[in-house]
Amino acid sequence: MELSTIHGLRDLLANREISAEELTNQALEKIEKIDDKIKAFVTVTKDEAIQVAREIDQKRRKGESLGPLSGIPMALKDNMCTEGIKTTCSSKILYNFIPPYSAKVYEKLLGAGSILLGKTNMDEFAMGSSTENSGFFPTRNPWDLNCVPGGSSGGSAAAVASGEAVFALGSDTGGSIRQPASFCGVVGLKPTYGAVSRYGLIAYASSLDQIGPFTRDVTDCALVMNAIAGHDSFDSTSAAVDYPDYTSFLSNDIKGMRIGIPQEYFGEGIEPEVEAKIREAINKLEELGAVVEECSLPHTQYALPAYYIIAPAECSSNLARYDGVRYGLRAEDADDIISMFSRTRNQGFGIEVKRRIMLGTYALSSGYYDAYYLKALKVRNLVKQDFDLAFEKFDCLLTPTAPSVAFEFGSKADTLAMYKQDVCTIPINLAGIPALSLPYGLVNNKPVGLQLVGKAFGEGTLLRVAYTLEQNSEQTRLEPSLEGVK
Amino acid sequence: MGQYEAVIGLEVHVELKTKSKIFCGCPTEFGGEPNTHVCPICLGLPGVLPVLNKKVLEYAIKAGLAINCSIAEFSKFDRKNYFYPDLTKAFQTSQFDLPIAEHGHLDINVNGEIRRIGITRLHMEEDAGKLTHQGETISSSLSSLADYNRAGVPLVEIVSEPDLRSAEEAKAYLEMLKAIIEYIDVSDVKMEQGSLRCDANISIRPVGSKELGTRTEVKNLNSFRSVQRAIEYEIQRQIDQVEEGERIIQETRTWDENKGVTLSLRSKEEAHDYRYFPEPDLTPLVISRDWVEELKNGLPELPEAKKLRLIADHGLPEYDAGVITSSRTLADFYDKTVSLHADYKGISNWIMVELLKLLNAENMEISESKISPEGLAKMLKMIENNTISGKIAKQVFEEMFNTGKDPEAIVKEKGLVQISDEGQINAIVEQVIANNPKSVEDFKAGKEKSIGFLVGQIMKETKGQANPGVVNKLLKDKLNEL
Repeated sequence: MELSTIHGLRDLLANREISAEELTNQALEKIEKIDDKIKAFVTVTKDEAIQVAREIDQKRRKGESLGPLSGIPMALKDNMCTEGIKTTCSSKILYNFIPPYSAKVYEKLLGAGSILLGKTNMDEFAMGSSTENSGFFPTRNPWDLNCVPGGSSGGSAAAVASGEAVFALGSDTGGSIRQPASFCGVVGLKPTYGAVSRYGLIAYASSLDQIGPFTRDVTDCALVMNAIAGHDSFDSTSAAVDYPDYTSFLSNDIKGMRIGIPQEYFGEGIEPEVEAKIREAINKLEELGAVVEECSLPHTQYALPAYYIIAPAECSSNLARYDGVRYGLRAEDADDIISMFSRTRNQGFGIEVKRRIMLGTYALSSGYYDAYYLKALKVRNLVKQDFDLAFEKFDCLLTPTAPSVAFEFGSKADTLAMYKQDVCTIPINLAGIPALSLPYGLVNNKPVGLQLVGKAFGEGTLLRVAYTLEQNSEQTRLEPSLEGVK
Repeated sequence: MGQYEAVIGLEVHVELKTKSKIFCGCPTEFGGEPNTHVCPICLGLPGVLPVLNKKVLEYAIKAGLAINCSIAEFSKFDRKNYFYPDLTKAFQTSQFDLPIAEHGHLDINVNGEIRRIGITRLHMEEDAGKLTHQGETISSSLSSLADYNRAGVPLVEIVSEPDLRSAEEAKAYLEMLKAIIEYIDVSDVKMEQGSLRCDANISIRPVGSKELGTRTEVKNLNSFRSVQRAIEYEIQRQIDQVEEGERIIQETRTWDENKGVTLSLRSKEEAHDYRYFPEPDLTPLVISRDWVEELKNGLPELPEAKKLRLIADHGLPEYDAGVITSSRTLADFYDKTVSLHADYKGISNWIMVELLKLLNAENMEISESKISPEGLAKMLKMIENNTISGKIAKQVFEEMFNTGKDPEAIVKEKGLVQISDEGQINAIVEQVIANNPKSVEDFKAGKEKSIGFLVGQIMKETKGQANPGVVNKLLKDKLNEL
């Protein structure tokens, strides 16, 4: 049952060729066998998973109606609250936090019949591009254990790529779904801001965070989107629009579709072998009947600096509540309230989180607000306008997802070098639009990802283009040998 | 004070009486066991999001309209960031640069002079929890207990222009504001329960100067009395300081009710930088003009308008009309009674004299007493149709105030019915004349006054129940016959 898809397993389950319990046990066995090497999971919810699987099998036996993902084992990034199950954000400050409520996406997935295998590792509070910033341990890339899986949703990407989970959810603030999807050779979608409820997602940067799926193919991506997208009255930023059946876009046809190639996403900073692979994909799309044309998004170069004002500013406020008063870590050696706050936060947060809290605090300080935060908001508008203009002409845009393939642990010790990992993905978060990373070939036996960018609520177009490429190119279906872990 | 003039502005926090909190469904009810009116949202647990309670917006707009503000077409919430254990998110969701209402005013009457006090803004925000320190202060305590029942209860903050010139004006402004908020029924406005809170910004300057002096902010003003006393004290303290050649330091001070002084809390240098920025978890508010118009049309008659109407249409004295309209409950009581029995001045007198006397003596609100408009109206009718005398009515009124019983029942129970039967009264008249020959002689000798003594004796014999008109007539008849 190696690397099975939701749509494949669904039929086996429906035909009772396999039970949910058997499938769950297989997944748990696999985790037991390989996860001491991969380290994708922070918490494995073995007993709960088997319990839920048995309930689903019983329902099936009784002929009761079952949700569309019934019996499918999955994993959640550890920044999504799961009632009664530890939710840590891979941070020491939340090492013991057990939420008394569940994130909307988790409720929806449970309602659809999906089975939670566990919570996946991440860069602490979703800050990072390699999962090296986890407060607990790094996760390894299933394609090469010496390399990072990308981040911040590295655990979810690695779990899906290695076959530990059939699918997983991650969160994407500046590329945290797409870049690890690219590094691990799986499909990753960052939906339109507001398309998936953030209720219960532990915030990093509220105006940028968005939950999305990691799957083994495009069809699965549409199936998971069907389960998690939709308006939620508990999230004021959730969009009250009509949500489509995402599988309805899975047609093998892109004739006449207009695809823009923004020149700013190519050239300097992008590894030539990666660019070559993306160019191959472009040629393939043209072959398949798409109309491809170069275009320009002139404010792209300002997106990264604007992001590193806006995201830290929001994070400095969002993470202020971890003060040791109500839950999580509390420093024991404090002699008054101020030292309790500062010692708790000093002991609980890692270096990257502290760096961003300080950046953001500074950017919001009286006297600096206009020069930094307000200016960054203006840049954000310009970046958004770039996309609006481009979408007057194009149905979608195509870029590399990341400037490189997975890199070795410790090789991006320079903070700015690490920040530049997200140069192709950050502008999309600033604009609030959807983007999908699709595997496309290998460089040095490590996956390359291409990024399809769509207009707001244009996930369907991205799924259609990705599906067509998938149906017509072997390069989109990658499987790691997992030799190092066997 | 002489050569100095005080410049005062008030910041007033009003707790809105919505059923649920501002961003979640928890009840706002006062009291309750600690941490029982809480949920993940108002506890600010990781991952939760706020959703604005529409009633809060409605109440804030109503309050803004009632104090003559213009209502914003576009408004938003901001985060006010600071660390304190009573804040569950380490920021307060408030409004910074685009408040829901701005540019209002209130007219106050101080010693017969009408003064227009500008209102800078009214904005919405959430309340914090309540800390109970195990020692004197948070720093001197080994621990503090936190109760988050109040966290997320909706507030509006109303900031006045520095237009007030004395403690008396500040008190008049606050009383007017309280009355208006009470009229539009968006808050209980009870200072003692904390649903009305007030901070004062105070500075002094030489009379005639246009420049503002350095101000201090005085907190912990928990009653109308403490507002007035604290401002009086602080003005004098600043004058003394300046007279001694010292400078006023910009700082926050707290009012010590027992010692009757203001004490320094923290200086400007120690002041917080709140790092306000737009709340990304709430979408900006676009307020439809139609809705504002609808809310405006739905506002009740406000105290000033009602006062003028009672003077003009009901012929009440200005003072009485002012007192009756100063509180919604009193005004409602008057209105209801008047609708049952259209004796404006009579009702006004009973409220002004007997009712207020009893309320003040018991330190009660009218809603806490048992008297009803129906009872008062019925009692007034009983006076009119001579069932009881005005004197007896005072007893009946007090009984209604304490027990809420029907006036007829009280009169029957206590045998207070007025005696108008001439035969019955005649017998007593004859008896009193026979027992008081000296007074009768005095009367005959032309001392008209002595008739009063005889009437008093008759009333005493009848325990005050004799109809005074009948007594007077029969007594005079009898005396003239002698």
